[in-house]
Amino acid sequence: MRTILFLLQKEFLQIFRNRAMLPIIFVMPIIQLLVLSFAATFEVKNTTVSLIDEDGSTTSRRLVEHFEASGYFTVMHRTFSTAEADADMQRGDARMILHIPADFEHDLRQTGTAPVQIILDAQDGAAAGVVQSYAVRILTAYNRDLQVAFGTPPPDPIAQPVIDVVFSHWYNPDLNYQFYMVPGILVLLVTMIGTFLSSMNVVREKEIGTIEQLNVTPIRKRDFIIGKLAPLWLLSFVELAAGLVVAKVVFHVPMLGNLWLIFGLTGVYMVGMLGLGLWISTITETQQQAMFIAWFIMVVFILMSGLFTPIESMPWWAQKLTLLNPIAYFIEIMRRVLLKGAGFWDVQAQFWALVTFAVVLVTLAVRQYHKVSA
Amino acid sequence: MKAFRGFVIKEFYHILRDRRTLVILFGMPVIQLVLFGFAIRNEVNDIRVLLVDPAGDYVTQAIKSEVLASPYFEGVGHQTHETGVERAFQTGRAKEAIIFEPNFAHRLAHDGVARVQVLTDASDPNTANTILAYTTSILQDYQRRLASGPAGGVRIVPEVRMRYNPALKSVFLFVPGLIALILMLVCALMTSITITREKETGTMEVLLVSPLKPAQIIVGKVIPYLVISLAIVSVVLTLARTVFQVPIRGSLALLMLECLLFIACALSLGILISTRSRTQQTAMMVSLAGLLLPTVILSGFIFPVTSMPAPLQMVSHIVPAKWFLIIVRGLMIKGVGFAEIWQETAVLAGMTLFLLVVSVRNFNDRLA
Repeated sequence: MRTILFLLQKEFLQIFRNRAMLPIIFVMPIIQLLVLSFAATFEVKNTTVSLIDEDGSTTSRRLVEHFEASGYFTVMHRTFSTAEADADMQRGDARMILHIPADFEHDLRQTGTAPVQIILDAQDGAAAGVVQSYAVRILTAYNRDLQVAFGTPPPDPIAQPVIDVVFSHWYNPDLNYQFYMVPGILVLLVTMIGTFLSSMNVVREKEIGTIEQLNVTPIRKRDFIIGKLAPLWLLSFVELAAGLVVAKVVFHVPMLGNLWLIFGLTGVYMVGMLGLGLWISTITETQQQAMFIAWFIMVVFILMSGLFTPIESMPWWAQKLTLLNPIAYFIEIMRRVLLKGAGFWDVQAQFWALVTFAVVLVTLAVRQYHKVSA
Repeated sequence: MKAFRGFVIKEFYHILRDRRTLVILFGMPVIQLVLFGFAIRNEVNDIRVLLVDPAGDYVTQAIKSEVLASPYFEGVGHQTHETGVERAFQTGRAKEAIIFEPNFAHRLAHDGVARVQVLTDASDPNTANTILAYTTSILQDYQRRLASGPAGGVRIVPEVRMRYNPALKSVFLFVPGLIALILMLVCALMTSITITREKETGTMEVLLVSPLKPAQIIVGKVIPYLVISLAIVSVVLTLARTVFQVPIRGSLALLMLECLLFIACALSLGILISTRSRTQQTAMMVSLAGLLLPTVILSGFIFPVTSMPAPLQMVSHIVPAKWFLIIVRGLMIKGVGFAEIWQETAVLAGMTLFLLVVSVRNFNDRLA
């Protein structure tokens, strides 16, 4: 027992003595939490529009006003030439071209319908889809206004029945994107620091050669591993606590669930992730290799975790693969407990998955680590 | 010169001997491309919907079968009362609940209006919004078909065209970002680590007392990574072109030149980091936390820069990948020429020059 205490003391000293690492461990995650949470948004605002209004009538001008008043669109260039508008888009100055043809108002009065052309820069397909839905919504509203302006009779309610859609968005009625992202990014930061530090830890001793010294001491394998991992394990709680404070104070993320549950589950989760880090460091020779493998695994885990893009959107084989991804489970836990107030029983499936990961990864790492170097 | 050649060859040996890293170096871009091409989608489908239908008449039956027939929805339950909806949301069984009012068909026929309540799990607001849009459009389609007479009134009909990417494939968006990410990783991260490694293991001293000049040491360290990066870029581009049909509409030569410029920029960043940090661990954490995440988040790789708050948009200006992405997307997807991207190119070149000057300064300082 005393050996472990000494080992812990040594590891803590090593962490705190490294002045360059301290800010990276403590300040960087908080800064990143702040920056990432503000930046990670799929909302589409300020779509720049290049406008071709060949009609120039009251109706077409009012249509453009509707677009501008919505707050989603800014007309950056008015022109009469399609070539100029195309050039705007090619340069990237305009994301949308709104083309109102000549005789727009005239056709509307005579035939009852008139087209407008909307050309979207669809490099980002999802964003283009969102912009399209905004545009269509504005046109639908404008169509309704036009009935009044053109004096057409209101439709007969029985012949034109209406399905009235009432909606409400649960857990996040204002659709605040940060509420969704912050818990996920929190997971990411705790995970990254823990896994990277642990994966580099043992391999560093190997590379510098000090592992030999540790190997010839009477420290037992179990004590050695505990001594290496416990400081990082404790560190992750500090990170989590700081992150939760930022989430509460800066982002006002609702915390409906039990915070002790979060800490408890983090404990289980971190055992698994530190086990992963340790396993990586036992199978590698240099820090470069270790961090490279750690980075590779992390990138795949993060991309497949549902942090940025919903898991439901993935093809079925990819959805099955996420069953092997501890980060996906933990992000799910965080979001459910914080935003929906889920209790232990609601997340027990995830809990057991995390326990399994912890057991498997730690077993792997311990079996792989040998005190006698070949 | 001969000594320099020998040094470069030594560096190549270092890299080639480390099979594991090499496999990852080439395997990672391929796996990421496959993930982004096939698995990572930001469109929404397979929405788990819970249908609550106390009416159970022919209209609600028809609407329900429309919803379930749509590829976007997947029914997870059907019940006649509202209890348990909250539970389904909390356990994650359902993302949406569609609740019809009692006597739906009757009210529709006699009052001309019937009410549907749509509840979404908005813990993911983006998805919630999309779900609502899909649901509303199905309901509106149905409503239009219910109407017996002509719609009446005037109507503006939008004709929407999706330029550059009519099939709205997300891989078009991700390939340029992926190239930036990998180049950052290989150039900045790997370079910074190899140089710090020599310091940490003490072999830097040996190199410094050798007849090689400091500049030669740095250039020698950097050349192998440059070659590897170019090879990786070619692999990624070939795969993107053949497997995912991502077009390269602009000039390929120009694209390679711009890649080269970005590689130079990333390499100088790597050198700068290595001159400032003493241990591999520090170098790695700085490159990782300081470079990779901003490259993913602030460059427009996944999230549109124009939607970010103003201060962050300012910050994004100093992320080299942001400029590189504009260039690569322009060249590949839009097919622009140099005239449209010279400003971005100039910014990138300026950054590279600045970084190079600062890092060479720093390196000399350490020699004194």
